[in-house]
Amino acid sequence: MTYNKRSDGRKFDELRPIKAEVGVIPRAEGSARFQIGKTVAVAAVYGPRPLFPKFLKNNERGVLRCYYNMLSFSGSGERVRPGPSRRSKEIGLVTEKALAPALDLTAFPGSTIDVFIELVQTDAGTRCAGITAAAMALADAGFPMKDLVSAIAVGRIDDKIVIDVDKSEEDYEGGMADISIAMMPRTGQVTMLQMDGYLKRDELREVLKTAQKACAEIYKNQKEAFEARYTK
Amino acid sequence: MNAVIKSHVISLLEKNIRYDKRKFDQFRPIEIEYGISSKSAEGSARVKIGETEVVAGIKMELGTPYPDQPDKGTIVANVELLPLSSPEFETGPPGIESIELARSVVDRGIRESNAIDFKKLCIKKGEKMWITYIDGYSINDAGNLADAIGLAALAALKDAKFPKYDEKTEKIDYEEKTKKKLELKELPIPITVIKIRDKFIIDPLLEEEECAEARLTVTTIENGDIVALQKGGEAPLTEEEIEKMVDLSLEKGKEIRKLLK
Amino acid sequence: MGELHVKERDIVVPGEVLATGMDFLPAGGAYRDKELIIASQVGLIAVSGRLVKVVALNWKYLPKKGDTVIGQVVEITQNNWFVDIGYMNDAAISLKEGTIEYIPRGADLSQYYNYGDYVVASVCNMSRLLDLTMKGPGLRKLTGGRIIKINPAKVPRIIGKEGSMITMIKQATDCKIIAGQNGYVWMSGLDPEKERVAVEAIRLIERKAHIQGLTEEVKSFMEKELGVKNDIQ
Repeated sequence: MTYNKRSDGRKFDELRPIKAEVGVIPRAEGSARFQIGKTVAVAAVYGPRPLFPKFLKNNERGVLRCYYNMLSFSGSGERVRPGPSRRSKEIGLVTEKALAPALDLTAFPGSTIDVFIELVQTDAGTRCAGITAAAMALADAGFPMKDLVSAIAVGRIDDKIVIDVDKSEEDYEGGMADISIAMMPRTGQVTMLQMDGYLKRDELREVLKTAQKACAEIYKNQKEAFEARYTK
Repeated sequence: MNAVIKSHVISLLEKNIRYDKRKFDQFRPIEIEYGISSKSAEGSARVKIGETEVVAGIKMELGTPYPDQPDKGTIVANVELLPLSSPEFETGPPGIESIELARSVVDRGIRESNAIDFKKLCIKKGEKMWITYIDGYSINDAGNLADAIGLAALAALKDAKFPKYDEKTEKIDYEEKTKKKLELKELPIPITVIKIRDKFIIDPLLEEEECAEARLTVTTIENGDIVALQKGGEAPLTEEEIEKMVDLSLEKGKEIRKLLK
Repeated sequence: MGELHVKERDIVVPGEVLATGMDFLPAGGAYRDKELIIASQVGLIAVSGRLVKVVALNWKYLPKKGDTVIGQVVEITQNNWFVDIGYMNDAAISLKEGTIEYIPRGADLSQYYNYGDYVVASVCNMSRLLDLTMKGPGLRKLTGGRIIKINPAKVPRIIGKEGSMITMIKQATDCKIIAGQNGYVWMSGLDPEKERVAVEAIRLIERKAHIQGLTEEVKSFMEKELGVKNDIQ
């Protein structure tokens, strides 16, 4: 079987339209909104603040905690029941692991840096949008970072590798793989790698190369968001 | 730091100056944006009052009518003060503040004013009804979340259209929206007035909320009738003070209602 | 040899390569990775000679020995005052560092600095606790006035070259103003309206710290607000 056309007419290596903004939540230390296609993620950073309970404290460095949540009206079908789910907890954890390698929290021992991610509307690529927004929010807050982490879902749909998997591709009934990747774009170091589906060994190489190109492009959007904020 | 800012706010008020130069009965600039989550929500809106930002969305689900009201559907209001929006809010289930906002600011006004004809939410008498979920969330807390959420809920309802309901399968097709609007018969606008010393203040900033001795949220409809009242704060209010605050609410309610038309 | 990839006043974000070559040195929000100089914070580029500096537009205040900070007394124990300086933990002033005078044991510490008092102090030690001293030129209790909190990254702009900006505001608004490294700014004016203008001028600088011609903009803002064309230097 061969995959010929994407439902929204995009090229296989084309991202959906992106809109990125920083400093959208003045009350927070740092914040950002990242929209890709119809998926909208908002992230806010608070901290460093004292960490309780005390036994979780790390006296060598600060601890990063990420919370992921979908607003009740953000899902594409029924209302999303409020409250944490196993999925949102898993995404929170994966987000922490995706961002931690870029941060150096040794300057904030015993503290926690809390990142809250809310999805206002979802249309595939939600955890990736969340990570991308969170990275911008951390940079907005002034935390020194090695790089701006960005994330994208790459798919193998039948015989084609596609960037920025959309909903119809996520639900594709033929052979497919949906791979979520987070990277530090400059060096191409991968900080998150998850896959649903299956992949041939040499397809993986192409997936990673494609992801790097996509993340470099997202990085440009992230940078533009900061330029827009500070050129007024 | 709070004690200091408080005393500063109060000393300015005693000279009839507000912390941000506004008149006592003046709202900060208000922005209303409809359909912010138009793909996923049946209705949605974002409201900004100054830097305070909230979002609200409508989701409609199927339910069984209450036995004593077989020909009516219903609304369920839920408000979350997200930790995203302020260092003061914690993760976890809605606290007492959120619940109060959901019940007194969103639910009561809409229910008591019959803003929505619940009969129009009936699908099959005694068997099936629409439950209209109204979910409000704080995005940035710069004071007066109550009025912002009340306004956002109405704006989201205004934006709402019924999803497609297939009578044969008895299922909702969320992908396909109808053109049928939810229809609001009334616009019950909640306006909060706070009292500091002998001054009454509209659209309080965070700093002003910290100093509030008492607060009254009054929800009024177009013809001037009152459909909800909620007093907060520790200090008591005299009858005269309440009259004054209600008059203020009514006046501002008329102004704000125009923004939704 | 090496190559500079950015120029003065460019806005950069973490991960951006600023320069290639071992000749260059990173400063501020920048770091070296092998022969590359890379930005680690969002900021503006300032180049001087071989130094490639990223002046961060936002940063968390990290106390350093010698910093002058402003804070408020929030706790008093037998041997210490505790001061909120906007850091994660409150800073401590010990009996020994409280004043140049001798404070006997068992003395009532609130007689010297009471709950709610503002002080301008200096960071003297970064041991387990964050320690401050009140012994030093200009360090004292501040009476009256109020504190506004600004982004610590903007303090240098508020002070200005050799204090030029802060002096301009002080003179135009007849306010006493002291800016702490920690982003806490103490101000005290006799006229509430002029004090408000001073606060807004500082907030203006905070918002627009990254633009050029800021001094002129602050000057005309104050002239407009104060109504009269003061002889604003």
